[in-house]
Amino acid sequence: MMKLTLAQVEHIAELAKLALTDEEKARYQEQISAILEYAERLQEVDTSSIPSTATVLPLRSVMRPDEPRDSMSRDDALANAPQVEADCFRVQAVLD
Amino acid sequence: MALYDLTIHESLDLMRRGELTSVELTQAVLDRIGTVDRHIQAYLALSPEWALDQARQADAQRARRARGENASLLGVPLAIKDVICVEGLPCTCGSRILEDFTPPYSATAVERLRAAGGVILGKTNTDEFAMGSSTENSAYFTTHNPWDLSRVPGGSSGGSAAAVAAGMALGALGTDTGGSVRQPASLCGVVGLKASYGRVSRYGLVAFASSLDQIGPLAHNVRDGALLLGVVAGHDLRDSTSMPVAVPDYVAALDTKNGLSGIRIGVPREYFIPGMQPQVAKAIRAAIEVMRGLGAQVREVSLPHTDYSLPVYYLLAPAEASANLARYDGVRYGLRVAERGDTMWETYRQTRGLGLGSEVKRRIMLGTYALSAGYYDAYYLKAQQVRTLIKADFDAAFREVDVIACPTAPTTAFKIGEKANDPLQMYLSDVFTLSCNLAGICGISLPCGFDGNGLPIGLQILGPAFGEEIILRAAHAYEQATEWHTRKPQISVTVEVDE
Repeated sequence: MMKLTLAQVEHIAELAKLALTDEEKARYQEQISAILEYAERLQEVDTSSIPSTATVLPLRSVMRPDEPRDSMSRDDALANAPQVEADCFRVQAVLD
Repeated sequence: MALYDLTIHESLDLMRRGELTSVELTQAVLDRIGTVDRHIQAYLALSPEWALDQARQADAQRARRARGENASLLGVPLAIKDVICVEGLPCTCGSRILEDFTPPYSATAVERLRAAGGVILGKTNTDEFAMGSSTENSAYFTTHNPWDLSRVPGGSSGGSAAAVAAGMALGALGTDTGGSVRQPASLCGVVGLKASYGRVSRYGLVAFASSLDQIGPLAHNVRDGALLLGVVAGHDLRDSTSMPVAVPDYVAALDTKNGLSGIRIGVPREYFIPGMQPQVAKAIRAAIEVMRGLGAQVREVSLPHTDYSLPVYYLLAPAEASANLARYDGVRYGLRVAERGDTMWETYRQTRGLGLGSEVKRRIMLGTYALSAGYYDAYYLKAQQVRTLIKADFDAAFREVDVIACPTAPTTAFKIGEKANDPLQMYLSDVFTLSCNLAGICGISLPCGFDGNGLPIGLQILGPAFGEEIILRAAHAYEQATEWHTRKPQISVTVEVDE
């Protein structure tokens, strides 16, 4: 595969909401390209009739009875918050 | 023998006979930490007052005979890897982004250790968010291998492995996503066990890769490891990926008068590769011969997709991590970089860019790419399909043999800094441990020798899913026929003189 372009690196960083320095972008461009290059060998494997494994367990849609239970107290939930206001997590505007 | 060098079973025996109190034992371990941890740096957080308080309670309960049959760890001092939540103690995950985070609850595994009377000493160092094979990725400091302080203890559970090896805890919990309990156990000369996926609850374990992570014990010997596993294992309603499978008595399963007769051991040809340290290969082959001598039938097996486990893991684990680490945005907990940006998004970018370390960011980027539009099929989906084949290799092998014996790591402990600049070289340290997580099967590492530099070598025994009893039995039989597990590191210590 071709090395990732800088634009691709910036796109991925934006999807992941990571602010990177120019040095980091260049470094990750090299390193991630090398790892993806190494991962190309997976294309050798014939998987045309092979199902994917997302989990090794047979469990699916594990449910519990729909009964109300105690949940974490508000104080506990807010205890580690960077900013609290009116018993809520204070954040910057989400919408303009 | 120093109290801090006791095994869990030895200490329980002495405490049951009234010859030792938990306070004496816990104090001895705390003193040991005070003496050697400045050289090793296994601990990120230590809670001596709380530990002694727990020890006093354990002694009182023992005196009152207040505990019933659940007190199987009464008074035993233990360490917890800092990606596992202990209510009231910090949980940094080795990261700056959680530097000031204190969990409001304890992991199920920790609750179970405490219900059994275990004494929690503190939190041990880890590669950041459990991503690494040397503990060098901790944002705080690197842990040093007790056998040679210039070398790594392995990772990511390097703190827990070093703590046990150096007598700074009688046992510990670590976590294993691609080998992070077994590989540091191998490099530090202790026992490390990864149970089958779904055996131990992940509730309260900070998630790295949700389909791969498992909490596992580290201890001085197989019997202690079996005891710890029995305490933490079992279905948990709070973890929808924990299997409703009964927990057998793992300690009782160890003892057999028959050695290994009737046990068929498979040796995978793909696990003896040119790049591995020759002394490691030699020690593993010698260990297999010991097991043959104990009555096992040994035959070669093939796990043909072994070579693909590294690329599969380094697509799937980062992909899962990219989703799991999206929560570190400075909203509900953790670092929030003082609002530099006009927008909430810019605050996220700055918080994450500054708060997360380079290996973590590298993996988030890799995972994000593998999942992104246009690349999902070629990378993520493909890796999941090859994962099916890797699992099928083990299923086929376990139809022919009962356990698989192989090396845990291709080399003994490497020097601090040696692999830090080449991520791919670092990833290769896990080449023998990754497949086990991908297939969801169980595996144990135990000491089987030392190299010419006196560094420990680990034997790995793999078993089928929910086959912990058989790997524990095989490991125990080998261990008891050898003396590797009794050797202790000599740590050069400056003698403190009381003024």
